[in-house]
Amino acid sequence: MTLLSVEDLSIAFEAEATRGVAFELRRGRVLALVGESGSGKSVSAMSILGLLPGTARVSGSITFEGEQLVGADPERLRELRGGRIGTVFQEPMTAFNPVFTVGNQIAEALRTHDKPASRQRVHDLLGLVGLDDPRRVARSYPHQLSGGQLQRAMIAMAISCDPVLLIADEPTTALDVTAQAGILALLRDLRERLGMAILLITHDMGVVAGLADDVVVLEKGVVVERAPAGRLFAAPEDGYTRALLDAVPRLGSATREAIEPSGDTLVLTDVVVEYSGRFRAVDGVSLTVGAGEILGLVGESGSGKSTIGRAVAGLVPVTAGTALVGGADIGRAARHPWRRAAQLRRIRSGIGIVFQDPASSLNPRVTVADSIAEPLVLHRDLDAAARGRRVAELLDAVRLPTALRDRYPYEMSGGQRQRVAIARALALNPPLLIADEPTSALDVSVQARVLELLRSLQDEFGFACLFISHDLAVVERLAHRVAVMHRGTIVEQGPAPDVLRAPEHPYTRRLLASVLVPDPAHRG
Amino acid sequence: MRTLRFAGFRLLGMASTLLVISFLTYAVFYVLPADPARLSCGRPCTPERLAEASAFMGYDKPWLQQYLDFLGGIFTGRHFGAGQAAVDCAAPCFGYSFRLNEPVTQLIGERAPVTFSIAVGAAVLWLLLGVSSGVAAAVKRGTLLDRSAMVFSTIGVSSPAYLVGLLGILLFGFTLDMVPVGGYVPLTESPVDWLWHLVLPWCVLALINAALYARLTRGQMIEVLGEDYIRTARAKGLRERRVIGRHGLRNVLIPVVTVFGLDLGLLLGGAIITERVFSMQGLGALLIEAVGTVDLPVIVGMTLFAAFLVIVANFAVDLVYGVLDPRVSR
Repeated sequence: MTLLSVEDLSIAFEAEATRGVAFELRRGRVLALVGESGSGKSVSAMSILGLLPGTARVSGSITFEGEQLVGADPERLRELRGGRIGTVFQEPMTAFNPVFTVGNQIAEALRTHDKPASRQRVHDLLGLVGLDDPRRVARSYPHQLSGGQLQRAMIAMAISCDPVLLIADEPTTALDVTAQAGILALLRDLRERLGMAILLITHDMGVVAGLADDVVVLEKGVVVERAPAGRLFAAPEDGYTRALLDAVPRLGSATREAIEPSGDTLVLTDVVVEYSGRFRAVDGVSLTVGAGEILGLVGESGSGKSTIGRAVAGLVPVTAGTALVGGADIGRAARHPWRRAAQLRRIRSGIGIVFQDPASSLNPRVTVADSIAEPLVLHRDLDAAARGRRVAELLDAVRLPTALRDRYPYEMSGGQRQRVAIARALALNPPLLIADEPTSALDVSVQARVLELLRSLQDEFGFACLFISHDLAVVERLAHRVAVMHRGTIVEQGPAPDVLRAPEHPYTRRLLASVLVPDPAHRG
Repeated sequence: MRTLRFAGFRLLGMASTLLVISFLTYAVFYVLPADPARLSCGRPCTPERLAEASAFMGYDKPWLQQYLDFLGGIFTGRHFGAGQAAVDCAAPCFGYSFRLNEPVTQLIGERAPVTFSIAVGAAVLWLLLGVSSGVAAAVKRGTLLDRSAMVFSTIGVSSPAYLVGLLGILLFGFTLDMVPVGGYVPLTESPVDWLWHLVLPWCVLALINAALYARLTRGQMIEVLGEDYIRTARAKGLRERRVIGRHGLRNVLIPVVTVFGLDLGLLLGGAIITERVFSMQGLGALLIEAVGTVDLPVIVGMTLFAAFLVIVANFAVDLVYGVLDPRVSR
């Protein structure tokens, strides 16, 4: 029986966001809207809730339980929101209001729909979504809980008024792999027990495989394929769907063999990093990255992997231990950033850094050419013509047309921006490149190409690379060796095939087991 | 326990800040070439009379010693001179105005109610006016309401208090004859007259300051309305009034409170122009007088008092901040 039926849905802001989108969701089923950024999947979902900004023009039909929602009375839509239709959003850390307790916000949802909002009811809901200590969670503020806990609480809030439809917009994207697996299991379980239908919006084929019965693939606002999940994964018909599936990094596809480095570019010995003298983010880490080698540093959020990256770049002082970059102790130099400014500068000129989000790591008011040339201006004594030649070389190296040189970051796609960031990082031909989640903010198809680029650049220039990522499949594509971090320490390190195929430490095994396989047959 | 320690550290910090400020003020004003003894010695000023006056006021000692005496006086009180002419300045003694023949503490105590009445009333008014029009402008962003509120606030921000004050007196005081044109009646004497005399200064100050708060609030509210948690609040079916009034406003108030605390602290130290325009004898008037007559003890005392108010306001802001934003107190 049809619960939600969308027909010929077109949404336009200044530009067209979707055109003629149609799908049908039956009671108790899970339908996934899949697509990359700009595909119109989230906009479609928000239009069901009537939550699009006032500038949006919506045409077509959305029928929910036989009721037309396009152009419906705003008060009626408000009643449906949080009542018959629950919603879970992507970023649990920001989706809760930071100044109210979690319990308070759940109780508010109940009261709005004239349901009894007793403390007991809130605790029951939090228990229902598998939170161990509902009382404590209820009286906590959002910043006191982890992402996984918050997302469970968000689900508790979404189902508080017994909805028949749950809209889940990228419900696991912001979470660690282990938390992600838990949330998917919870959604499967709730759907069984409460019999609600789920409209899942995601870019992640692993999530689709783990939850969806039916899949609708969107590309640039248009539906390109519509199929049951099993058939879609086994025999995708549309070219875009196939490309999307192919681009998904899968564990076990190809690891790289270890190489024999000629010497060590980066040597960390018993490194400890404490923040404000209290919180120990890194607790005695020793590792080396040989010349021409890629070390994949893997861990979940809060494991300390990014702190290591920052310490190696001299951005946070090392509390104890040594961090040698090309033989010079950057950890010690960073402890005295004023007195040892010259030394710090010299060491840093040998390090290139690529950050996660190129949208924020590139200055929005500086052109591509100037961004790439900046390290040259700071560290090399070149005239404008020589700099211009080097910029052209670098653009060519990251496979960007030279015509882009006068563009600003907002005029480019995410993938192009990250290529610019990589070109900037390589401007000085550094012996060491730190890449901190360089592809996490990118769409899968773009991610695949950026990873390929990094790999070939590394082959070409032979720099050592500290590659920091939470994504094991991504690390597997690039790294010669892998180190696994957990709570500030390295629990396991070794050649990539050994660590990823035959992990020794239980934590590594748990991490590997949580990785979503883009295949519906592998449901955990 | 943690809160206690926090408060303790803050109090210690406040005390040391005041100590530094008192030292600096003392140093600056007393090293200046103006000689208070000469000013009060009268004409003709013989060297003997000058020396006598100097000794009487304690200005014959090295200035560092004078500073220490000043500090001591705060705790133990001071005496100047001896015999018939001796004056007494009871603890806490923040200096003695030989021109007005009164301890500074007493002078401030007399004038403070006037300024406080003006400042607190005006502050409450401008906070209400500013925040509500800012919220309305943000919610109705881009509409006529938003635009006129912002034009109005630009006028407010750029209008000087004396101009608005004088226009107000002209219109409501003289032409319409609705309110008195100046002066102050203590609250204890007649609450109705007190209120009646204050209405115009309150409105003038509120109008000028509300403009700034409307802009600040509007900007903050527009930013907050774009936050994820506002979308969540709407998605769970809250009425728009509650989305704005509860989820939005609480987060908007956090930065507004910071500015408000400092503004209020500053104003409590003397609403100089307003007091002048409405001929009220508040702290601002006292300070202007003291500057005009080089009444150094009053200037030092007033500076310290104003600094104290700002510091206390800052402390209060931090406490309120802790209540409004649970992320701060931990």
